[in-house]
Amino acid sequence: MTWDLQFTLDSMPTLLEGLLVTVQVTAMGYLIALSLGLLIAIARRVPVAGSVLHVVMEFVRTTPLVVQLVFVFFLTPPNISGMTVGVVVIGVHYSAYTAEVYRSGIEGVAKGQWEAARALSLPATRTWGAIVLPQAIRKVIPALGNYLISMFKDTPLLIAIGVAELLTRAQQIGSASFRVVEAYTMVGFLFLLVSIPSAIIIRRLERRYAAV
Amino acid sequence: MQFLIERLPLYLDGAWVTIQLTIGGCALAFVLAMAFGILGSMKHGLPRAVATVYVEVFRGIAALVLMFWMAYALPLATGFQLNDVFAAILAVGLNVGAYGAEVVRAAINAVPRAQIEGTVALNMSWFQRTRLVVVPQAWAQMLPTFGNLVIELMKATAVAYLIGVTDLTAVADQMREATGETIVAFSGALILYYVIAQVLIFGMRLLERRANRKLGRTPPGGAGLFALLRPPKTGTKVGVAQ
Amino acid sequence: MPPSDAPDTEEPQAGEGQPQIVFDKVVKRFGDLTVLDHLDFSVEPGERVTLIGPSGSGKTTILRLLMTLEKITEGHIQVAGEPFSHMRRGSKLVPASEGYLREKRKSIGMVFQQFNLFPNMSVRKNVTEAPVHVLGLPKDEANARAEELLDLVGLGEKIDAHPTQLSGGQQQRVAIARALAMRPDILLLDEVTSALDPELVAGVLDVLRQVAETTDITMLCVTHEMAFARDVSHRVLMFDKGRIAEEGTPEKIFEDPEEERTKAFLSSVLDNGH
Repeated sequence: MTWDLQFTLDSMPTLLEGLLVTVQVTAMGYLIALSLGLLIAIARRVPVAGSVLHVVMEFVRTTPLVVQLVFVFFLTPPNISGMTVGVVVIGVHYSAYTAEVYRSGIEGVAKGQWEAARALSLPATRTWGAIVLPQAIRKVIPALGNYLISMFKDTPLLIAIGVAELLTRAQQIGSASFRVVEAYTMVGFLFLLVSIPSAIIIRRLERRYAAV
Repeated sequence: MQFLIERLPLYLDGAWVTIQLTIGGCALAFVLAMAFGILGSMKHGLPRAVATVYVEVFRGIAALVLMFWMAYALPLATGFQLNDVFAAILAVGLNVGAYGAEVVRAAINAVPRAQIEGTVALNMSWFQRTRLVVVPQAWAQMLPTFGNLVIELMKATAVAYLIGVTDLTAVADQMREATGETIVAFSGALILYYVIAQVLIFGMRLLERRANRKLGRTPPGGAGLFALLRPPKTGTKVGVAQ
Repeated sequence: MPPSDAPDTEEPQAGEGQPQIVFDKVVKRFGDLTVLDHLDFSVEPGERVTLIGPSGSGKTTILRLLMTLEKITEGHIQVAGEPFSHMRRGSKLVPASEGYLREKRKSIGMVFQQFNLFPNMSVRKNVTEAPVHVLGLPKDEANARAEELLDLVGLGEKIDAHPTQLSGGQQQRVAIARALAMRPDILLLDEVTSALDPELVAGVLDVLRQVAETTDITMLCVTHEMAFARDVSHRVLMFDKGRIAEEGTPEKIFEDPEEERTKAFLSSVLDNGH
């Protein structure tokens, strides 16, 4: 076969549209993962309820994301878009991971910090908000960043529920034109175009924060 | 319940395919991780560059994209049609192998310099040193992260149903389509995935314990068999830059 | 192997024939720091030499250069009459390749301050692994050699133990057996008792005394154990700032040193109870 350059160029706008959807899903899903993960990490310190939560999140973490996506997609009413389902399910799935990251960060805060906060009679909100979390989160920034990239690379799974992200667009273009090789190869390149620079940024972050 | 019991054989068939994908993918990923991890730990620039290219490319492209490319683009590009199961194994193996290579490289680099000096004093060659001393010692450090990667790989095999492999997810999807019982159809699959994951976690912890004992360390979490049943200290997924 | 034009070194006698180790204007720098400064000295076959001096004076670097753990900056080292830090290419000397070093360092063994036993192997494996894989010895022969050497260092019954089950002194005795199992012509001892609890030092030194008495292995020893140095060594080299400040028999150096630096160093070591 020969590589069809004209086709490649012509299909770029469509693929970039798909990439934009991919980026949107990643960004919104990541916001959910960051905030929900933090809530879970804190809630896990509550006796009994925390243990139940742990088992639930363990279940979420050890079962495939694509099954969760399709499952929830078919359970939700048709007026809710695949995009919304995708964002929420990916966000919740990844909060199972970020919760563990936050937890390791919180456990890494020295015991003396808690004791000092108690000695100052700080209320719980100040203890968490002003003392524990700032220290905990700073340490786990690189790890959290890694999940942003992981999440980005999981967005093609949305093809399973018909969201028009990058891989879906490539599939559509490919089946319409039979230039499947160009379509899927471009997807691969676009992924590298995003993930390699992000990997470099994360490495910088690690150097900057992990030393603390 | 009745629904699931009647269809259990179908689910088990699907689970068996998932297990095959997992074992095949793990075998491939392990070989690639060891090979490129060792290359990445070498002094010379060339093997290191080869390892970096492999890691960045196959870590950077999602397993599903790789799978689509192998199933749909490769036959057109080369005229060679891969078997679906084989394409799926290749895709998850190449992808997870890239993460694994970074784990192997980091573990090898963490072997104390004094140990290497010990091998020089015994006049071992690079190959002897790597095989007899460096890799056996790095092994214990690789295992906890390998455990996470095995679970990630098992989960990643679920997308193989999108290229037509009749794995556990495919069975669940067929059940939903045939019966309309979405909740039951998918719960069955999720539970089986969970069970497979727990078995894998248990197995990996056994390996870890053995590796630590071999190095004369008490396994983390205590020595008893019950320690294996306790949840691990951290269950983090290995990210891109680790 | 000695080259054909060199005298046989099988039955070495101190002071005769060709020196076993020659340092020829050796310079070693780490960045801006000069550790060895145009150092010249030689060691005869079978000779036992102790290197003393303040820390940072370059003693350990000499051993590490001989074990090829460091690369020389300037100058040459010869071992058994052959270039060691360099190799001949045509009529020129070029820095030695890894393969050449491997061939040449066959005759050299080393015992480290921190033992460096392999934690992934039993005591037996630690002692037999290199003879089997590097020297190509049959397994049973390597085992017999290990048993014999572990008996020599008084640890025959620990042969199937794991290194972490042993005390520091026992680990160091295993490390000595491991080095001897390679049948080296030259044994380098790098502060082998410095990491040990005081009560474990004597056992290790007794083993080394025995090795010195019963073999003709050339020994280079960096130590702060002055009594030991006096007992076993033929010659003592006092180092300061990368050069030899003074050298002589142990009696001469310990009882009648000429240099102020030597006197100062000896009194500081003796004050510390070492």
